[in-house]
Amino acid sequence: MSPKIKNPLPPGNYFFEGNQACAEAAIAAGCRFFAGYPISPSSEIMERLSWRLPEVGGVFIQMEDEIASISAVIGAVWAGARAMTATSGPGLSLMLENIGYAIITETPCVIVDVQRAGPSTGQATRPYDGDIMQVKWGSSGDYQVIALAPWSVQEVYDLTIRAFNLAELYRVPVFVMSDAALAHLREDCRIPEGVDIVGRTKAKGVPHFGTEGPVGVPPMASFGEEEGLIITGSTHDKSGYRKTQDPNIQKDLVDRLNEKVLSNAKEIIQTEEHFLKGAEIVVVAYGLVARAALAAVKEARLGGINVGLLRLKTLWPFPKEEIRALRARRIIVPELNRGQLVREVERVTKVEVVYVNRVDGEVMGPGEILEAIKKQ
Amino acid sequence: MEKHLFLAGHTACYGCGEALGARLVVDAAGPNIITTDATGCLEVFSSRWPQSAWAVPFIHSLFENSAAVASGVEAALKALGRQGEAKVIAQGGDGGTADIGLQCLSGMFERGHDILYVCYDNEAYMNTGVQRSGLTPYDSDTRTSPFGKVSWGNRYLKKDMPAIAAAHGVPYIATASVAYPKDVQAKVKKALSITGPKYIQVHVPCPLGWKSDPALTIKVAKLAVETGLYPIFEMENGVVTKVRKIPRPAKPVGEYLKLQGRFAHLFKKGGGEGEVKKIQQIADENIKKYGLLSEAAEKVAVEAEKE
Repeated sequence: MSPKIKNPLPPGNYFFEGNQACAEAAIAAGCRFFAGYPISPSSEIMERLSWRLPEVGGVFIQMEDEIASISAVIGAVWAGARAMTATSGPGLSLMLENIGYAIITETPCVIVDVQRAGPSTGQATRPYDGDIMQVKWGSSGDYQVIALAPWSVQEVYDLTIRAFNLAELYRVPVFVMSDAALAHLREDCRIPEGVDIVGRTKAKGVPHFGTEGPVGVPPMASFGEEEGLIITGSTHDKSGYRKTQDPNIQKDLVDRLNEKVLSNAKEIIQTEEHFLKGAEIVVVAYGLVARAALAAVKEARLGGINVGLLRLKTLWPFPKEEIRALRARRIIVPELNRGQLVREVERVTKVEVVYVNRVDGEVMGPGEILEAIKKQ
Repeated sequence: MEKHLFLAGHTACYGCGEALGARLVVDAAGPNIITTDATGCLEVFSSRWPQSAWAVPFIHSLFENSAAVASGVEAALKALGRQGEAKVIAQGGDGGTADIGLQCLSGMFERGHDILYVCYDNEAYMNTGVQRSGLTPYDSDTRTSPFGKVSWGNRYLKKDMPAIAAAHGVPYIATASVAYPKDVQAKVKKALSITGPKYIQVHVPCPLGWKSDPALTIKVAKLAVETGLYPIFEMENGVVTKVRKIPRPAKPVGEYLKLQGRFAHLFKKGGGEGEVKKIQQIADENIKKYGLLSEAAEKVAVEAEKE
């Protein structure tokens, strides 16, 4: 089901910074609950929602820390709300146990990660692609999450809305991977009149924590719907009852938590191709860095170099088929870190992979990428 | 010239109450201390090269854990037989103390570590751009408790941190204000003479977050006390043993509120008088609870009642 709901914000062009666009997107997507804790460079999201949510009949709660923030989101979702929190790397670290809990309880929620330079407190106001692996591997056990990487204020808006829909479709936490630069970058943002919304799948009397097949997504009830909800972070059977000594139940649960995302990778993954046809060199990039990459690719092509760009709008599940399909002799992966996603690229391709990295808290410009393209 | 252990040249804003508070605390404690400090303004403005303010050992922990890192330092000094070498002072802002750091602080209290915990209370998250905290006063306008058509600002009352400390059986608890520097220093010295966990909460105006004139920091701090909104007292073994008396008649809270932009809406928006009355009630309750009015003034009050 994909009903269109009316956007509470009058349609038109707005001059938003990334964080404002994110807050408005959440409201447009039907989010009526936000719990968060101040942390740079994400605080403007909660600041805006502190007055915008009450205006549309929603709830804003400032919690006492990030552990409480994600916990309140989980509680709100089971009470029936569409809910979100926003944070940055150190706050995300505090949320990790609860993120694991959201994964095993299949709690659909959106977590906006406005990344900054780390480790730890690091540079609170500088951009970094620091949490690419933290969101994927930070909690314990084996699991899949969905992570989306916008490259513009418009896309912060669009992908935040998509994040809510994906969360409901697959009952997983979905991350929106923004950063300090995108958070405060101001540019045109087109606000549509209506937004396509995926509602929560309901089916009375059907188990909420398991499916007949090995890859399905069960329907979800809320408290008070007379469905006898038992929710636990322990290993549980299809009905939600705790069963921690049965190897088959553990295996089935872990397999399904992973496969429900992986088997739908084609539907989840979005990439964008620029000049890929016949490209000998391909830059694989995401986030704001991809904008520098596109500028570098265009510049290089003017100089006669046959180079293209594959932009990843989805980071997790990782677009391995799209990478594998590249028929280039060299792949360049620029990132604002010492090389995180590039290692995933290396894992799936036999093509030579070149790292281009920046770890000084500055944004990446086209120059560094162009240099790597030109290097023979 | 007086020699300080918290040095000049740091990057705090003009009129920063917290910088003054930290200098008073560290100077009073003397050179044989080890300090921890939660993430926040103090950490940011005092620890950068070449403007570091610390002439004593200093460790920035993280946001939530100043008390726990201090617990580790204190327990290890003991284990190494070095406990006589230095006193441990844990520090945090109001958010780092009353919100995210409360769990670690509770543990420090419970285990009875020989640590002085100092909370510099500037009543909001100033370092991240003025969001409300558990110690933000009622009706205060912050970035996450904005006033507007339906809201008067922060809806919650200040958490009673001294009472929370007292509930842990903390032997020495005090509140103080940078308006009274000698009092701050006397309390730090007294605290350090007592073995076990100690809690001091120092009221430190923030001109940026309170939207007050940086030149008036001391005046504003003084008015918080003189109106009864920030009672200054000592609590030993669960009993209030000393309060700073305030001159009678206690100043109306409006005198304090009007100096600060964070309360300006109370005087502009229709119906604000009712909110000011509520805040006056908070002050009145403090005055009653702690017996803040000076002896002489109380006599006047009694006589007035007789008439």
